[in-house]
Amino acid sequence: MLNLGDIMETIHMIQNENLDIRTITMGISLLDCCDSDIDASCKKVYDKILRKAGNLVRVGEDISQLYGIPIINKRVSVTPIAMLLAASGGDPVKYARVLDQAGKEIGVNFIGGYSALVHKGFSAGDLELIRSIPQALRETDQVCSSVNVGTTKAGINMDAVALMGQVITDAARYTADKNCIGPAKLVVFCNAPEDNPFMAGAFHGVGEPDCVLNVGVSGPGVVRAALSKYPDADLNRVADIIKKTAFKITRMGQLVGTEASKRLDVPFGIVDLSLAPTPAVGDSVAHILEEMGLEMCGTHGTTAALALLNDAVKKGGVMASSNVGGLSGAFIPVSEDAGMIAAAQSGVLSIEKLEAMTSVCSVGLDMIVVPGDTKPEVISAIIADEAAIGMVNTKTTAVRIIPAIGKDIGDSLEFGGLLGSGPVMRLNKNESPAKFIARGGRIPAPMQSLKN
Amino acid sequence: MRAIVSVIGKDTFGILAKVSAVCFENRANVVDVNQSILQDMFVMVMMLDISDKDCNFMHLRGDLETLSDQIGMQINIMHEDIFNSMHRI
Repeated sequence: MLNLGDIMETIHMIQNENLDIRTITMGISLLDCCDSDIDASCKKVYDKILRKAGNLVRVGEDISQLYGIPIINKRVSVTPIAMLLAASGGDPVKYARVLDQAGKEIGVNFIGGYSALVHKGFSAGDLELIRSIPQALRETDQVCSSVNVGTTKAGINMDAVALMGQVITDAARYTADKNCIGPAKLVVFCNAPEDNPFMAGAFHGVGEPDCVLNVGVSGPGVVRAALSKYPDADLNRVADIIKKTAFKITRMGQLVGTEASKRLDVPFGIVDLSLAPTPAVGDSVAHILEEMGLEMCGTHGTTAALALLNDAVKKGGVMASSNVGGLSGAFIPVSEDAGMIAAAQSGVLSIEKLEAMTSVCSVGLDMIVVPGDTKPEVISAIIADEAAIGMVNTKTTAVRIIPAIGKDIGDSLEFGGLLGSGPVMRLNKNESPAKFIARGGRIPAPMQSLKN
Repeated sequence: MRAIVSVIGKDTFGILAKVSAVCFENRANVVDVNQSILQDMFVMVMMLDISDKDCNFMHLRGDLETLSDQIGMQINIMHEDIFNSMHRI
């Protein structure tokens, strides 16, 4: 029989340390839904999502009951809609409405893929889709949007970067009556992964199969609890403890993904090895860093501690799964992490420190609330900085930034649920990057791209 | 197919009997039992064979949840695979 201690450890992780499967995300290709008539195209999209993902929520709930582990989100990601728009033309928001309707019908939490990939330039449909994002996010509840503006291979499309500053500002204004929720569902990427199961940046890449199931695990609380048993261990030992814990967490993701793909008769894609925090007490990445010995997340030493954490999570997780992908790393979304919120409120965690942290961990400047009067070119410049880190370091970076309309330093924005609440963070307001952003063009790909 | 039932709480009379009765009613065969006192808490772990064609996992789970409320103890049932995948390579 299984060891009693092992059984109790698993139960304790789930019940007391917030261990869960964060998401099972079904990726669905919509390339076969293209039609020159936008209404026909929308109908095909709706039918295909219902056909492929109609059982996703029920299967997720059944598996959750069988294994006794919560599966928090069931989601769908689709082919970037700009590609369908290229064929159909017409009002892009029609696609957003149909995605929202399909998502609600099958009962998923979010549906991602109102997206465009424009890292080297705009093709048919791209500009129309990007310009429609604020309206699409205003009219829908579940639709998530993303735009890839750079890659290590292509460089950074600065015209797109300039445009996204305005799009984010408009998205916030359009949803000012709903706590500026629009930009919380919009991610600007560099090196966007095609198999990411996490929202808001999930879309189904063109190199993916027709339909695939990806899993994102969670578990910052488990890692923190494991470390708390060894308060005086040296950092070699700390890395070792994190690796072992990440292995266990990931094995669960692999098990759930394998079972779900079997029941849904869809190939299993990847497990995303990310430590995804929630605003719940005991589910914070910042608290892991503090457990390592930092008085507060954001102080000097935070980047080094995060680098150790991120690397150990990957090393532990990679052996536990047959295929690893997506974003795979520790997330640092400010509003979704109780420790990050506290650190930002106290002023210890600044946007500059967050930017440094993004060079060693997954994703980027995530769920950061800035003053409502922030100029679009400042947001564009923040995106450019973050994309440059991703481009040069051959890694994914992203910006999900929320201008809090009508609010300033000292205020905070409440989203509720998994999105949490974020204090308005200070930006460098007096010196403008407007001329740099207005130049447009492209930042050429770095030497790192010339690997052939 | 096997499942693990864990029962945690303050020790009282007849816990094993009550949990076993629910298993019996649901055609789940108890193949192993391990019980001990950890930090003043009664901890019992049972391994069940749930492969009988008349054994419905969801029904069994529901009955155990009802029992959990009745006797005021925490009862969990989880498929064996979750423990195997987490603790065995």
